[in-house]
Amino acid sequence: MTDPLVRITQVKKSFGSTLVLDGVDLDVPKGEVVVVIGPSGSGKTTLLRCINALETYDDGSIKVDGVEIGFRGEPGGPRKRRSDGELARIRADIGMVFQQFNLFPHLTAVENVMLGLTKVRGMPPAQAREKALHWLDRVGLSQKTANLPSQLSGGQQQRVGIARAVAMDPKVLLLDEITSALDPELVGEVLSVVRGLAAEGMTMVVVTHEMTFARDVGTQLVFMDHGHKIAEGPPNEILRRSDNERLRSFLSRIEFRQDG
Amino acid sequence: MSGAFQFVVTTLPFLWQGLLVTLWVSLAVVLISLVTGGLAGIGLTYGPWWVRLPLRIFSDILRGTPLLVVIFTIYYLLPFAGLNMQPMPSVILALVAFKTAHVGEITRGAIQSIPPGQTDAGKAIGLTFAQRLRWVILPQAVRRFLPPWVNSVTDTVKGSSLVSLVGIVDLMLASQQVIGRTYEPMPVYLLAAVMYFVINYALSATSRRLETRFAYIRE
Ligand SMILES: Nc1ncnc2c1ncn2[C@@H]1O[C@H](COP(=O)(O)OP(=O)(O)OP(=O)(O)O)[C@@H](O)[C@H]1O
Ligand SMILES: [Mg+2]
Repeated sequence: MTDPLVRITQVKKSFGSTLVLDGVDLDVPKGEVVVVIGPSGSGKTTLLRCINALETYDDGSIKVDGVEIGFRGEPGGPRKRRSDGELARIRADIGMVFQQFNLFPHLTAVENVMLGLTKVRGMPPAQAREKALHWLDRVGLSQKTANLPSQLSGGQQQRVGIARAVAMDPKVLLLDEITSALDPELVGEVLSVVRGLAAEGMTMVVVTHEMTFARDVGTQLVFMDHGHKIAEGPPNEILRRSDNERLRSFLSRIEFRQDG
Repeated sequence: MSGAFQFVVTTLPFLWQGLLVTLWVSLAVVLISLVTGGLAGIGLTYGPWWVRLPLRIFSDILRGTPLLVVIFTIYYLLPFAGLNMQPMPSVILALVAFKTAHVGEITRGAIQSIPPGQTDAGKAIGLTFAQRLRWVILPQAVRRFLPPWVNSVTDTVKGSSLVSLVGIVDLMLASQQVIGRTYEPMPVYLLAAVMYFVINYALSATSRRLETRFAYIRE
């Protein structure tokens, strides 16, 4: 059996005196979609941000394709911070889509997608544009390529965000509540893009509150609470499980919210 | 009427020479402080503590000191430190130091007005620090930077009149010398005022044009 694409072992992280990740283990095999659920403040965002070094972690290890993310140096030896250039190279292979889209407001949709291709991948502009247009077409935005983000709806902006991330051909894609900032009627168009990526075998770590979506695309579901991984398994199993009090109460709140 | 015309014709060349000095000093100070102040602002925002601390002290001292005092300090005190400088370089050094502090704060404010999500997004696609500055942060910060910076440029043009105090014949001192010979303060000051106004009006007009150009629609 081959190593998982992402291997997280005993990761700990504090902000000041608050312990946010308390020894989290997680494996993401290639081609699978791991969905992370859990109450607000349980550390989901922090975990995702650690995977592409937007946050540092204090202890433990995160490896993507065998490469330690947070530091260099021998295991057990002194941890040295990675240089700006090393971090950039590592992050280039890890895609991320943000809750608040975070598109570059001064660039058009196609320029948003092209930036990483030209500056990071070193593609000639014509080739980068072609690739960017291809991905914008894939997310259903071939009519909006010359628009600035401010001229796009939330759902359209988020689809540009996805195109910007996947155009880099990342090894793994991290999605942090990418529909939470959207009006309900725009959620579907964004999730269907993600379903398509999942079907094509894109490896993903997905934080979401959309339980139907979680069940459909997730190959594995992880429930987090207070910086701990509480439960893990096939989505159907986890969502039907009732032996864990905290999971049960979380799910009942989510269900309530969706119905209400 | 022809007397006034005659007056303008005879005094204008003196004032013109002074105006050129004012423009020259202002331009030099504005260009140099744009570079040094920009770097100071980047250092204040992103630097490690041993970069930020000295910059913070430098900036707070210079912004808390009247420009006149900065000019005199450098002009009269540097020779005691064994540094003999001509009036012109000495006064430009003083103005640049003063402006670097101000432009540094303007730059820092402009950069910090950009939401942190922009840095995250730039990092996430693999941009290095320099690339994020060049392609993500600075193009957006320019919009916040311009209005206060143009204000500071007009301040520089006005502040440059203080160079007359160390004997440099700029527009200010030229006006005073003309008055000394003609005993006609009103028309001379009027002419000088018009010249200052034209420069600064041109600057503000340019700034409004630039602001429209950089006004990416947001939110
Ligand atoms: N930059 C930060 N500085 C200090 N504390 C932070 C920071 N980021 C997160 N935290 C704290 O860490 C804890 C976990 O936050 P995190 O954003 O990872 O939770 P989450 O599971 O993503 O929650 P949500 O569902 O609300 O997005 C919270 O208590 C939060 O207040
Ligand atoms: Mg979160």
